[in-house]
Amino acid sequence: MIYLDNNSTTPLHPEVKNKIVSILDLYGNPSSAHQIGREAKSYIDEARKTIADFFKCLPEEIIFTASGSEANNTILKSASSCCSKHCSMGGKKHIISSVIEHPSVLNTLRCLEGENTEITYLPVDKFGMISKESLLAAIRPETSLISIMFANNEIGTIQPIAEFASIAKEKGIQFHTDAVQAVGKVDIDLSTLPIDFMSVSGHKIYAPKGIGLLFRRKGTHENICPLITGGHQEDSLRAGTENTIGIIALGEAFRQLKKEMNTEIPHLINLRNRLETGIKENISHVRLNGHPEKRLPGTLNLSFDAIEGESILLRLDLMGIAVSTGSACSSGSLDPSHVIMALGVEAEQAHGSIRFSIGRENTIDDIEYTIKTVKEVVETLRRISPIKLK
Amino acid sequence: MEKMGWNYSDTVKDHFLKPHNVLSIEESEYQPDGVGFVGSPACGDMMKIFIKVKNDRIVDLKWQTFGCASAIGSTSVLSDMVTENGGMTLSEAYTITPEDIIKKLGGLPSNKIHCSVLGDKALREAINDYYKKSGRVDLIPHDKESRVVCHCLNVTEHDIKMEVLEGVKDFDELQKRTKAGTGCGKCVSEIKQIMTEMVEKYYKDTIYKG
Repeated sequence: MIYLDNNSTTPLHPEVKNKIVSILDLYGNPSSAHQIGREAKSYIDEARKTIADFFKCLPEEIIFTASGSEANNTILKSASSCCSKHCSMGGKKHIISSVIEHPSVLNTLRCLEGENTEITYLPVDKFGMISKESLLAAIRPETSLISIMFANNEIGTIQPIAEFASIAKEKGIQFHTDAVQAVGKVDIDLSTLPIDFMSVSGHKIYAPKGIGLLFRRKGTHENICPLITGGHQEDSLRAGTENTIGIIALGEAFRQLKKEMNTEIPHLINLRNRLETGIKENISHVRLNGHPEKRLPGTLNLSFDAIEGESILLRLDLMGIAVSTGSACSSGSLDPSHVIMALGVEAEQAHGSIRFSIGRENTIDDIEYTIKTVKEVVETLRRISPIKLK
Repeated sequence: MEKMGWNYSDTVKDHFLKPHNVLSIEESEYQPDGVGFVGSPACGDMMKIFIKVKNDRIVDLKWQTFGCASAIGSTSVLSDMVTENGGMTLSEAYTITPEDIIKKLGGLPSNKIHCSVLGDKALREAINDYYKKSGRVDLIPHDKESRVVCHCLNVTEHDIKMEVLEGVKDFDELQKRTKAGTGCGKCVSEIKQIMTEMVEKYYKDTIYKG
């Protein structure tokens, strides 16, 4: 199987897998004071330090969560319903976000709208970019939080997060970014990037599912309300006995990322560009969804006119290629991708969209086979389509 | 990695991969006696059915579909149903329901049912077209002139009114029966309004719950 769905999830890095196997017997509760507990705690501390080094932040600024979705939920719910006494965000009830956020942001915001919080959803242009002007225009005295994704999962468009975060800082508004897709693909240096909160997921960077993290900057906005209350794990901001193995695996994934990022990014760009030109040279009526340049290195989202995405996906699947689509038919709902629709295109373009997302294990042979196979599949489906291309 | 189970039955998969009776030549070359065209690219489903008729029997049927695997599979299976054993009579073909097609397909996932309701509609359109072309408009049982409200699933105002007259007063129930408004959803408020008006007119004391 040729796996071109790495924005959805990634396989374990072999070194992460080795690490997990080596620590499977580490059962101590990191909160226990005895040796067995302390041993588990020391592994967690080490992982936290590795990750903090990677981002150039403090270890205590990292809160481990079960997922990127949990990190997003923690921040958004904190901004909306937190008590003004304990939390730096309490009292103010306006959040600015965007129309192309991940469902873990959008659906959470929709819940908050029902609870007296006002939300402004910033629009995007045809490339999926949010403008500085629209952000400035949306800011109000009661704005407590701006939450904008670093890079989009479907189309890969990268937002000018440093610029947006500086605006927020200037206005005294807290800034959160969902960086789940950007980590490992874009340089994120928290010693210079003026963001307050950031969500990260492990399984997009070759760590296992079930582990993520929330960065929260100390000193300025350290008081947030926990989503899960209970014991005082993670500085009392995320109760529950730590996912020790997940955390250690995540630490290892970051250790590998630091070593490999500089070679992996050009590798992804090379393969992605070859895939893009190969498809465009061989197939007519193909459109790019997303920004031509300001885009994640491994992401290619294309719309094939006159045919529907699920049909393409399933035929590619049977030919041994795994991709994803923004078509309504594969989403479980009847609506096509909200991200592609937000680009201001016809619904047809969303129904015929396919996302190829390349990962570290893909090779040029994978890409050549994919170009050839996509051509066959598209031609076959166009032959049975009633829509005639000019 | 061995093949994992599909979301679809083997029949759907077979028809999706090797669709039967696809129109592979130009329409003008095929010279159909009737053509039915429903759906739109915006809704993600679009079907075109071409029939040839002899002595009120559909002796040949060809089709083209823009849509997902179940839309392609259901049109293909429908084309077999209509043409096997010398072909269905026009009146037999007119009564094919989505349920008949789904049964033939060995079932569909519940969120895919709407993809199969276009095939029978396109077929009825093709038969109506044949009646029109052969000067037998009086045989068209369907109120062909009624305004289409749900463009995704080709449900007319007449269809909705008839459903209400048959006792459907609940929007969910109407959707279950006609699939109206299950495509892009733009028509939902209009459908509800038509229903409300009809319910008020005919069932004054029954409150319509939207």
